[in-house]
Amino acid sequence: MHRIAHAISALPDNPALSARIVVNGVIGVCDPLGGLYLPDLDILVVSDLHLEKGSAFARRGMMLPPYDTLATLRILDAVISRHNPKTVISLGDNFHDRVGSALMPELFRGMIETMARGREWIWINGNHDPDGTTALPGASMDELTHSGLIFRHEPALNATAGEIAGHLHPSATVRRREKYMRRACFASDGRRLIMPAFGVTTGGLDLRHQAMRGLFDHQNLVAHMLGRDRIYSVRFANLLG
Amino acid sequence: MLLPPPFLRWFAEKGWQPRVHQLELLSHVQGGESMLLIAPTGAGKTLAGFLPSLVSLTERGKIPPGSVFTGIHTLYISPLKALAVDIERNLMKPVGDMGLPVRIENRTGDTPAAKRQRQKLNPPDILLTTPEQVALLLANGEAERFFKDLKYVVLDELHSLVTSKRGHLLSLGLARLRQLAPAMQAIGLSATVADPMDLQRWLAPQRPGENHHAGLITVTGGARPEISIMRTDERVPWAGHSAAYAIGDIYKAIGETKTTLLFVNTRSQAERVFQELWTINDDNLPIALHHGSLDVGQRRKVEAAMSENKLRAVVATSTLDLGIDWGDVDMVIHVGAPKGASRLAQRIGRANHRMDEPSRAILVPANRFEVMECQAALDANYIGAQDTPPVGKGSLDVLAQHVLGMACAAPFDPLMLYAEITSAAPYAYLTWETFERIVDFVATGGYALRAYERYAKIRKTPEGLWRVSNPMIAQQYRLNVGTIIESPMLNVRMVKHNARGALGRGGMALGKVEEYFIEMLSPGDTFLFSGKVLRFEGIRESECLVSQGFKLDPKVPSYNGGKFPLSTYLAQQVRKMLADPSRHTTLPDQVRDWLSLQKDLSMLPKEDELLIETFPRGSRHYMVIYAFEGRLAHQTLGMLLTRRLDRAGLKPLGFVATDYSLAVWGLEDLGAAFTSGRPQLADLFDEDMLGDDLEAWLNESFLLKRTFRNCAVIAGLIDQRHPGKEKSGRQVTVSADLIYDVLRSHEPDHILLEATRNDASTGLLEIERLGDMLSRIKGHITHRPLDRISPLAVPVMLEIGKESVNGDAQDFLLAEAADDLFADVLATASP
Repeated sequence: MHRIAHAISALPDNPALSARIVVNGVIGVCDPLGGLYLPDLDILVVSDLHLEKGSAFARRGMMLPPYDTLATLRILDAVISRHNPKTVISLGDNFHDRVGSALMPELFRGMIETMARGREWIWINGNHDPDGTTALPGASMDELTHSGLIFRHEPALNATAGEIAGHLHPSATVRRREKYMRRACFASDGRRLIMPAFGVTTGGLDLRHQAMRGLFDHQNLVAHMLGRDRIYSVRFANLLG
Repeated sequence: MLLPPPFLRWFAEKGWQPRVHQLELLSHVQGGESMLLIAPTGAGKTLAGFLPSLVSLTERGKIPPGSVFTGIHTLYISPLKALAVDIERNLMKPVGDMGLPVRIENRTGDTPAAKRQRQKLNPPDILLTTPEQVALLLANGEAERFFKDLKYVVLDELHSLVTSKRGHLLSLGLARLRQLAPAMQAIGLSATVADPMDLQRWLAPQRPGENHHAGLITVTGGARPEISIMRTDERVPWAGHSAAYAIGDIYKAIGETKTTLLFVNTRSQAERVFQELWTINDDNLPIALHHGSLDVGQRRKVEAAMSENKLRAVVATSTLDLGIDWGDVDMVIHVGAPKGASRLAQRIGRANHRMDEPSRAILVPANRFEVMECQAALDANYIGAQDTPPVGKGSLDVLAQHVLGMACAAPFDPLMLYAEITSAAPYAYLTWETFERIVDFVATGGYALRAYERYAKIRKTPEGLWRVSNPMIAQQYRLNVGTIIESPMLNVRMVKHNARGALGRGGMALGKVEEYFIEMLSPGDTFLFSGKVLRFEGIRESECLVSQGFKLDPKVPSYNGGKFPLSTYLAQQVRKMLADPSRHTTLPDQVRDWLSLQKDLSMLPKEDELLIETFPRGSRHYMVIYAFEGRLAHQTLGMLLTRRLDRAGLKPLGFVATDYSLAVWGLEDLGAAFTSGRPQLADLFDEDMLGDDLEAWLNESFLLKRTFRNCAVIAGLIDQRHPGKEKSGRQVTVSADLIYDVLRSHEPDHILLEATRNDASTGLLEIERLGDMLSRIKGHITHRPLDRISPLAVPVMLEIGKESVNGDAQDFLLAEAADDLFADVLATASP
């Protein structure tokens, strides 16, 4: 509940609660709501919104609550209001499936239109929604290069420095006093960054999972974990595997 | 004459007499009644249960080939697959000897598809099966034809079925069977229970304003078991569950008997006892291990060796509680207190299946409180006291599953289905409104935001019948049927390091272990499993890879699995014993001395008195609450109490619970606060704690999330498995938690959340029990401020440090983890 409740209460921005990082020389702020703000570029990055996941499952006979899109958009609204960026980049898997954006109820479409008003909005295509979005503001593209950063959905194995990607839904686990805590996280070694999944019903994959292999320099890898209302930064070596 | 000639000849040839209760049951059933037979093991219960159908089938004779289709005659339902298979073997013998014209087959999850298909086309006379298979058969389009000739349903080990969700599902199945075959009679077979009428009603259709129940036959007697508490020269420990102190005595007892069954309460206890027995097994006695996480193949081997009398002892958990006939077990040793009087009686019944010889049992308390609990259980057994839980209300998630199943069988009329469902005793309470909400839930998820009408799983036809929207739904139902939701498990596989130090490919499979346990481990950690010390190597796909651990002491001591809460009855008996020093004389010296010291230094609470001690220790202040309501209820109490203390400004830091007491600690002087009446203890322990505080805590409780996950899977919201796409247990866990958060924040009154709260209040959180306790102790709270720890407080104080950390505290620990490394992180990641 923490992110949902927190977004609704919409606390003002407090630098002590977020984490400042640098990716390929560009400064970023990891927001505990799950977005990355790049102050010098005035860009807000979010990833893996998985909008309309509930209804995608309902079409296949699993009646998951139809509130996931609303909850995700409310958090998105909160994080956009907090940073008021010139540009929003959504890093792919914006919708849970190809037909999601076309079938989305008008109410939610209206919410996105309101958020996008007066800003540039970029939808990066993901593996769940490779065809882009239907009837929504903003441009769809496979990837975007900007100021030494490259924004794409799936992290590339031999990417040049400055890649900001999503897709893997990284999470990390900390053990303390024989108890473990697992949270979604921003994962970065300073060369690249993998974003946490933003969608409220989107699970995580542990940083030590084999799908993460070869992506990071473990010496410098830090997991910026999403706590209830702040970011907790923990070095990879101190995570549980 | 009740018995046809072949039966009389058979009894005569064997030199046996039909037992009185066997004939009595036959006569009542032949008179048209449904019956409940309560008998101890060894009383010929199984034969009694089948006698009516064997006689009826003998009188009917073989059905000539080419006759019109005849459905099954008798349905036998057992809680265990293995029991159904075992019964087939045991029943075939007399049927063969007598040459009866009866075809008997079993049908379980393991039955090949071809045989299942054949059974549908050409049903046997007697079908032996499990509750899940009954649900599947009933959800089939052919159900009506298959069951139309059903005469008898025999329900074995009914006491173990009725209190669970499996029992709820089965009660609904029974209601449907009555519709399909109105003349059907039910025969329940059960061990002794606290309230037989509960089961009698369960067996009969319920109608508003009427009182229907099955008849009752109780077989009493059997020789009184010889139970004793292990006498030892060793020191009985203050706390813990391993009973390691008594291993030498246990080993000696095994050596003195032919075959011993050693029961323990948890898998970790089983592992520990097994390992310690082998450490001192100088005579190389064949001692085996049996628990639910071990590989099935290994378990079967142990069972086979057991029935061939090749073993001297088996260390077992509740997996051996039920049914199957073992070889000649002549003694039961119960390690740790049995936690319930009826559980003890049933376990003791596993020794010696001949009714007229006494069973022998030894109780081995693992700590000093357990000494009293064992004594209470022993006394209870002597007077035949029973404390099986009441049947309780049927759960709503099971109802949702059943409703979908009924739609899969044939389109249903909601009024008729409602009448059928409320004829099942556990669902007699169900209101029409709740039933409608469940139907709505099955159709579209039942959300206030009507978003899924077009995807509905079941739809109303113009005639007002509900039918499934497409055949995929029925397939989905079949894959999700049942109420046993395993926690996510990983296979444990032994691997070796190759010459280059890399891990080799798979070796022997050792069994399964809960994923949450593995998540706590780091590579290199050692733990006890399958009787071995194993070294955790890592996870590959869905397997937990381990290698031989070379240390004797496992680093991670235990993993949980199957913990019973202390029964209300035994708890009361322990309180009585504590209050009455004249009864302390029967207790071992060490325990007696401990209690008398408590009397001198603090006090012994009266039976209905709640003693609260407060004392400082180190830099902290402690309060110990002697509530005797079991660990689960104490945990809930601890959660709620710390909230209240926090609000009173007393800054509690943590708590820990045992079956007997609860300790809370903090930095403020709790004793002084209570003495000055700020807050009043009566206010602190007021029943209104179960109102807003409970609600607020439930918001964050991980226990509720776990309960929700089970409800969501059983109710069909989340697939346990999906056609063509096997989900791993982990994915279900993760998404269920997130779905719970979304649902709670957007539709807190949703029917599935209601189902979850209902479950939690009787299940993991034991809220009902806590409520009973709070009302019992009203006006009977005694505060004893002390300047140091009391003798009675020692056991719970020793548990401190082993406690779990939940909810709010998790973020605290995260912060700690982050802060420790803060400087480190700054150096790495900041500009």
